Order: sequence, then C-alpha cells, then structure tokens
Amino acid sequence: MFKTTSLKTIVVAGITAFLLLAVVPARADDVAVKIGNFTFGPQDLKVKAGTTVTWTNEDDIPHTIVSANNFRSKPLDSDDRFSFTFTTPGTYRYFCSLHPHMTGTIVVEAATGSIAPPP
Amino acid sequence: MTDRNDGLNRRKVLECMTWAGTGVLWTVAGGVPTSLGIIDEAVAAEQKGFTFLQISDSHMGFDKPANPNAKGTLEEAIGRVKALPERPSFMIHTGDISHLSKPSEFDDAERIISQARLDVHYVPGEHDLLDEEQGKLYRERYGRGSKGAGWYSFDADGVHFIGLVNVVDLKAGGLGNLGNEQLEWLEDDVKGRSASQPIVVFAHIPLWTVYPQWGWGTEDGARALGYLKKFGSVTVLNGHIHQVMQKVEGNVTFHTARSTAFPQPSPGSAPSPGPMKVPDDKLRTMLGIASVTFKQNEQRLAIIDTPLQG
Repeated sequence: MFKTTSLKTIVVAGITAFLLLAVVPARADDVAVKIGNFTFGPQDLKVKAGTTVTWTNEDDIPHTIVSANNFRSKPLDSDDRFSFTFTTPGTYRYFCSLHPHMTGTIVVEAATGSIAPPP
Repeated sequence: MTDRNDGLNRRKVLECMTWAGTGVLWTVAGGVPTSLGIIDEAVAAEQKGFTFLQISDSHMGFDKPANPNAKGTLEEAIGRVKALPERPSFMIHTGDISHLSKPSEFDDAERIISQARLDVHYVPGEHDLLDEEQGKLYRERYGRGSKGAGWYSFDADGVHFIGLVNVVDLKAGGLGNLGNEQLEWLEDDVKGRSASQPIVVFAHIPLWTVYPQWGWGTEDGARALGYLKKFGSVTVLNGHIHQVMQKVEGNVTFHTARSTAFPQPSPGSAPSPGPMKVPDDKLRTMLGIASVTFKQNEQRLAIIDTPLQG
C-alpha cells in the first residue's frame, strides 16, 4: 500500500494535514488560571502538550508562580499576567513563593492523550 | 515549648525576674566588671527602663482600596514617633518595607522613616526580596554587617537583640522558613550567654504558629525557640499579619505589631488574608506602631501598641 501511494491517498493526507493545521493552532486549548483569595483556580489542571496556561492575579496583593526547575514568574501585581507553554508531558507542581501555602498542579498529557512520565 | 519541664524551673525564673529589674543584669550581661560602684551607676541609669520602637509592614508602593495612601499613613506613624514624650533608644522594622522591592519604594521608606532620627534595625519581609536577584537590593541597602540573607544580632542596654530572616527559600505548601544555616548561626550566637540576659528576637513572619492555613507561622520556628529555652526572658516580635496578637508561653512572650499600611483580617474570618478594606474612619484605628519597654522588676517587657487614631 505504501509503495503504491495513490493520488487519492495524497489528497486525503493533504486534507487531513490542512485540517490539523487549521485545528491545532486554535486558541481553544489555551487555558486561564485565576489567582483570587490566595488560591489558584482551578488548582489542579490537566492539559495537552502544547497548551499555553495564563495566570492572572486578581488579588490586591502580589503573587508569583514558581515551579522548581521549570518556570518562575516575576511578581505579579494586581491584574498582571504570566503565561507558560507546556511542551513536555509530565506533572508540574507550582506554588506562590510569597505565600507558599498557595499551590497548584498542571498535568500535561502527550498530544496523543497518554500521560508520559515526569520530565 | 509545651513541655514545661524543659524550660526553667520556678526558682530560676524568679531569679531572672529579680535580676531583670535591678539593673545588675544589664551590667553583667554587658560584660562590665561587677564592681559595686559600676553596678550602682548601672542601676541608676536603668531606673527608668529602656524603650525601643517597632514598626512594621510599611508596604511603600501599595495603593489599593484598603489604603490608597500607604505613604501618608507611614508619615503619620513617624509623626507619632517624633511626638513621643520620651525618646526611644532606637527602632526595629519587622519587614515589608516595600510592596514590590522597587528602588523608589525603598527610597520613599528611607525618606520618611529617617525623619524619626533614630537608628533603625531592619529584617526583610517577603515583599522586600522581589527584585530579579531575590533580595540583592535589600541586602545592599539594609544588609550591612549581616549574615546570609540578612540575619544579625546586637546588644543594647544589656539586652541581646536577634534579627532573623524567615522569608527566604520558602517551600511549596510550607510556612516561613529560617533554614539550617541560620539556625546553626543562632545556636552559636546565644551559646555561652548568661541565661539571665533578656533576649529579643525579631523576624517578619510570626515564629509561632498563628494560622497555618494562611501560612502564618514558621516551619522551623520551634527549633529556634529551642535554642532560647535557657533564657529567663525571651520576647519575640513579628509583623506580617498586620494586626496585634500576643501569646505568652512559659518564659516567651510572642507579639505581632500592626502595619502602617493596611489591615488584614483576623485568622479565618475572611476567605483569604488579603488586604482588608474597612470604612475610611476606621482605617487609622487598625494601623500603628508598638513601643517596647524594659521595666524594673518585670520579667516581661511592657509592649504598648499605639494605633494612628483612637
């Protein structure tokens, strides 16, 4: 079958690729986390690899988003945002380095749907 | 600290109480030879007691609804200090000088606080270590002569003062943190000191567990207090929670000071410990300063919290 690639197969593949290109970059996968009342909401999140997560501080006090060895935001004053794109599957625990009782987790699944071991 | 048997026995405590009042203590602790004449002079000098001030949580740069003018209320607080009938010996600041560790915020704090014309001994709050290099600015301005992240000790009027830093290297899910290096330094710092020397420890986050759900406590605070068990008079002064709270446990008095910037809710009384908006005419009753006096014949220091109003 692979040796006798028909025009039809190429066309189907082309259409599929076009559809993927059209679908994957869609913003539907990007996720927002709100920081309010000294909590991350949602606190635990599951996303597909490639997802960009954006945290917005809605408190009247600064917060940070820190995940050891992965990412560290600047202090976010009220209404400030921080974004991180998760490309590698795994479990990312993070916290606010000013108020360490504030914790959250992002589980990043491979784009195919299975969860890879932590990075 | 809950095990009373580990602490001082009653006789020892009473001994310390007697000593603390006579002035002899100050002399001995200061290392001055115990000649009678010198002791008498010391007693005379200490008759009135010795007073220092605590201010905390100035949060220069804070401009949210809970207090859009944190600069103004710090100025009022310093105005109170200047108006005191008895000039205090010096001031301690228990952290959160700034809101976002910006140079302009530290500048504002310096300009206003220096108007009191008193020496100020600082420890950082977590808001003072938010620059790129996590505290470089603070240490450049306030850390001269300090160790590590900014801890140090000094003696004044026979009292041993210890400034600790419990806002560095905080762990996810945890509370304030002193860390091993600082704790070892503390153990060494108090080793060999007379048990009758009064100790004042000051740090930003309460060293005792006030309300762990809001992170109001210090993970390894108990270890620090363990090194101070032999002392007859220990006073622990903190900020961070923007309200007055006091607890006495054995020979240790724990006390937190008001902020000069904005109040925070009492533990568990609100969904979060965030800045608390109160009616404008109430704000100044919830901000203020504390004065601490060593008085004759008292083991415990007299702490007077003065609000900006009321």
